[in-house]
Amino acid sequence: MSKQTYKWIGTRPDRPDGADKVTGRARFGADFNMPGQLVGKVLRSPHAHARIRSIDTSAAEALPGVKAVVTSKDFPEQANLIVPTGEMQVNLRDVTRNVMAREKVLYESHAVAAVAATTDAIASAALALIKVEYDVLPHVIDVTEAMQEGAPILHDHLITDGVEPRPTKASNIAKRIDNAKGDIDAGFAEAEVVIERSYTTQPVHQGYIEPHATLASASEDGQIQLWSTTQGHFQVRGFCSRLLNIELSQIRVTPTEIGGGFGGKTVVYLEPLAVRLSQKSGKPVKMVMSRDEVFRASGPAPGATVRVKIGAKRDGRIVAADCTIAMQAGAFPGSPIGPACWTSFACYDIANVRVVGYDVVSNRPKVAAYRAPGAPISAWGVESTLDILAQELRMDPIDLRLKNAAKKGTKTSYGPTFDTIGFVETLEAAKSSAHYRSKVKPGMARGVAAGFWFNVGADSSAAAHVAEDGTVTIISGNPDIGGSRASLALMAAEELGIDYDKVRPVIADTSSIGFNFVTGGSRVTFATGLAVVNSVRDMVRELKGRAAKTWGVDVEGVIWENGQAKPAGSNVGVFEPLTLAQLAATAGKTGGPINGHAQLNVQGAGPGFGVHIVDLAVDQETAIVTIDRYTAVQDVGTAIHPSYVEGQLQGGAVQGIGWALNEEYIYNAKGKLENAGFLDYRIPVASDLPMIETILVEVPNPTHPYGVRGVGEVPIVPPLATMGNAIARATGVRMTDLPMSPPRLSAALDAAMPRAAAE
Amino acid sequence: MVDMKYVAPSTIDEAVGAILAANGTGRILAGGTDLLVQMRLGTAKPGVIVDVKNIPEMMRIEETAGGFRIGAAVSGAIIGEHPALGKAWPGVVEAINLIGSKQIQGRASAGGNLCNASPAADSVPALVAAAATVTIQGPKGRREIPVETLHAGPGRTTLQPGEIVVGFTLPARPLGSGDAYLRLIPRTEMDIAVVGCGVSLIVANGTCTAARVGLGAVAPTVLLVEAAGKALIGSRLDDKALEAAAAACRAACKPIDDKRGTVQYRTKIAGVLLKRAAAIAAERAGAR
Repeated sequence: MSKQTYKWIGTRPDRPDGADKVTGRARFGADFNMPGQLVGKVLRSPHAHARIRSIDTSAAEALPGVKAVVTSKDFPEQANLIVPTGEMQVNLRDVTRNVMAREKVLYESHAVAAVAATTDAIASAALALIKVEYDVLPHVIDVTEAMQEGAPILHDHLITDGVEPRPTKASNIAKRIDNAKGDIDAGFAEAEVVIERSYTTQPVHQGYIEPHATLASASEDGQIQLWSTTQGHFQVRGFCSRLLNIELSQIRVTPTEIGGGFGGKTVVYLEPLAVRLSQKSGKPVKMVMSRDEVFRASGPAPGATVRVKIGAKRDGRIVAADCTIAMQAGAFPGSPIGPACWTSFACYDIANVRVVGYDVVSNRPKVAAYRAPGAPISAWGVESTLDILAQELRMDPIDLRLKNAAKKGTKTSYGPTFDTIGFVETLEAAKSSAHYRSKVKPGMARGVAAGFWFNVGADSSAAAHVAEDGTVTIISGNPDIGGSRASLALMAAEELGIDYDKVRPVIADTSSIGFNFVTGGSRVTFATGLAVVNSVRDMVRELKGRAAKTWGVDVEGVIWENGQAKPAGSNVGVFEPLTLAQLAATAGKTGGPINGHAQLNVQGAGPGFGVHIVDLAVDQETAIVTIDRYTAVQDVGTAIHPSYVEGQLQGGAVQGIGWALNEEYIYNAKGKLENAGFLDYRIPVASDLPMIETILVEVPNPTHPYGVRGVGEVPIVPPLATMGNAIARATGVRMTDLPMSPPRLSAALDAAMPRAAAE
Repeated sequence: MVDMKYVAPSTIDEAVGAILAANGTGRILAGGTDLLVQMRLGTAKPGVIVDVKNIPEMMRIEETAGGFRIGAAVSGAIIGEHPALGKAWPGVVEAINLIGSKQIQGRASAGGNLCNASPAADSVPALVAAAATVTIQGPKGRREIPVETLHAGPGRTTLQPGEIVVGFTLPARPLGSGDAYLRLIPRTEMDIAVVGCGVSLIVANGTCTAARVGLGAVAPTVLLVEAAGKALIGSRLDDKALEAAAAACRAACKPIDDKRGTVQYRTKIAGVLLKRAAAIAAERAGAR
């Protein structure tokens, strides 16, 4: 596809939400209040695993100022029914138990009751008055231990799916999935070099700065209003409807500005409780999680064990690839084991592939989506193993990947055959980058790894309105977590041929626009962008009709160009062009307001590929890793607003670096989290990192009018192995367990060099 | 639901009286960067808060015969900007300035860092190495103690009921002296020491004539490692002497495995930091 020239696409104007965010005027989840509102608080389990014998709320209810108390009794039982939410699947029977424990508590800080009271202090005092009797049960935290015979069983009904013959005994393995291509045994028989390693990763939190927050107001007539910081207000509405048995149209959810989500705000925790408390008390109820609650009770990304075996010819051609992943789902089934498996070898064209995955429950908070869910975990194993292979073959790591790169027409192990993709272009851009061509400085080492994400489409609705003066509002229904309002406005401006400043994007509540799937899967600029483009095209059709009416010609005789209606040719007649403003001014006489609408289920999301390069040094004595230079290269389709695309690449890289170096959940022997805060859950700080350099490779997605591919998730996939590969090359020690924190890396260095350690 | 009283006396006697009258429920407020956090977390529920920032003696730095008297409530930022103090005791100043962030430095005091009694307190190993003394005033009057005797365990001090840390004193520095503080944290800032090490040296004609070493986060209290100091005294701070001092530091460690580090790692790092901090202190001593 030849490079298009655009007027607005590819420019970098200020974002429509920027001024309010830098001045503090923007309102986030905890900033919404109503007259007479109550404070809602949650009582949480002190145990990692226990049967609830009884809950006595009478003393709390009797405390002056307490207006409502809820327990699982206030939520109807749910069917064993799986529904999609963002990039994950959830079972409603489990969701109701996750928001409020029923028979058992399954992790420390699992919600067991909630109160609404007139003040924060009274709500806290009321929690202390609720008496819960527990029978404490043995717990299991580790994924490998949870899979062992004799491990404490979380769910007596849980029989492993995907295994023949179907097991008769309950276990913690919820599901086994298999996907394969070719003949794996024949492939390994053909191989001249085989590398096999086992890896582990720890759960990591999305680390959004804004804690979960909601405000619910239930009216006497049954209508519900809800404000929530969420990536999907339609999903909040859907969950509340199901969990509380309320018709969808009775619930109106308004999304607030969102202080980070990264997948973690595609599920519900507080909203159903707040609605029920509001219904019972007759007052609005506001609930805000503390940071401690966010860490203990909201979904992290899973930890996992990953075994990878790769066989290749001496010339670097990979002939067989095998991967087994066992992934923590948390307390309920439903880890991103599917995407972890499917993405594992998706970068490569390999004839013989076998991938096996296990979804395993343990006494941890239920995992939630986190940026390319599952993919960084399998990539950590696969891309580390490829680096060992490159070292073994004495091949440049980029050349090894180029030799095996997936291209248009490559059939994946999980089914689809790729259309136009840009992995080769991305690898070549990485190879010819100033960073990769530079000499590695003394004392430093360089690491490289790649990553893949599908990107998704799904349901979107949009509307476009022309105001009386010819300015335009575009209305969509996806919370803006990465600059999507700016991208949508740019596409609308391009399509209409008017200035970006004349287009105002707004995000409508659930009652003001048609259904939209969550902001996730890197789908908004692609799928909602397409809905916006189509709604603008619908409006342009209307505008052309009004011009035709004004001129008394057929609508086929009118074209739209540079924000004006013009005659299609001299045969139509000679007319002065009509601007958007002119058509808007006369709209009352030509048929009334001029609007456009679009709704669609978008298919054809273009997959994305990234290649990351790092130069780093390891202090041999302290095992502190210092990053000197980091470059993220990615096929981004078309960069609609390059600054926000670059921001996505930088943010993903930084989160991946944190995952690689320091982030982990630390549990004590009782199954309680020891580091539920940003002091000891160590995400990187600004001074830990150099400016992350970015290279945008633009291979347009053929299925989108502007060539858009999702860009937000790919960049968190490569960093784990990028860091590990560089550390291996810096120290000669291959780390297989994350995080590569100073104590852990130091122990590995000492084990490799016992004499040096003794000195 | 809980009554809390706030007082802001202008004399130490009044402050002592207020703390004594609080009968164990009183807490001193200087910068509040520990106290307010503890109150928010619900781990501190003081009945009386005694704000000492109106007491002139606790808010000033005085030069006394070559040494310094630093009020317990002086903020890190003020200490960092004092030209003579930074010249004489760069290690002490850099340790105090490592506490928290820029914003925290505007409020946090060395007296508060000391009285919070964390084994990982950044200022304390440097003050121990510096042979700082602490001035305490209580119902029975004033007393002066070596800084290393103030801590009794994590979060516990040897202060008696009604006693307040008023300030601390740093001795005069002869020619050829230097000090340094280093800490290890997994990140580059906004973190708590996995190990902290303060070293103070006096060097004459290339030979170390005096040395003190303070070690943090490797035991229930910050340690004065006398054996490490002894290993350096009389030496030319050569590799052998530094390794002997590092070995003494490792031997002194009684750390725990926790979320911030392992026993093995902390012990190893104590030796590493000793060598690195001693090298900086030696360079500073030579540069005078």
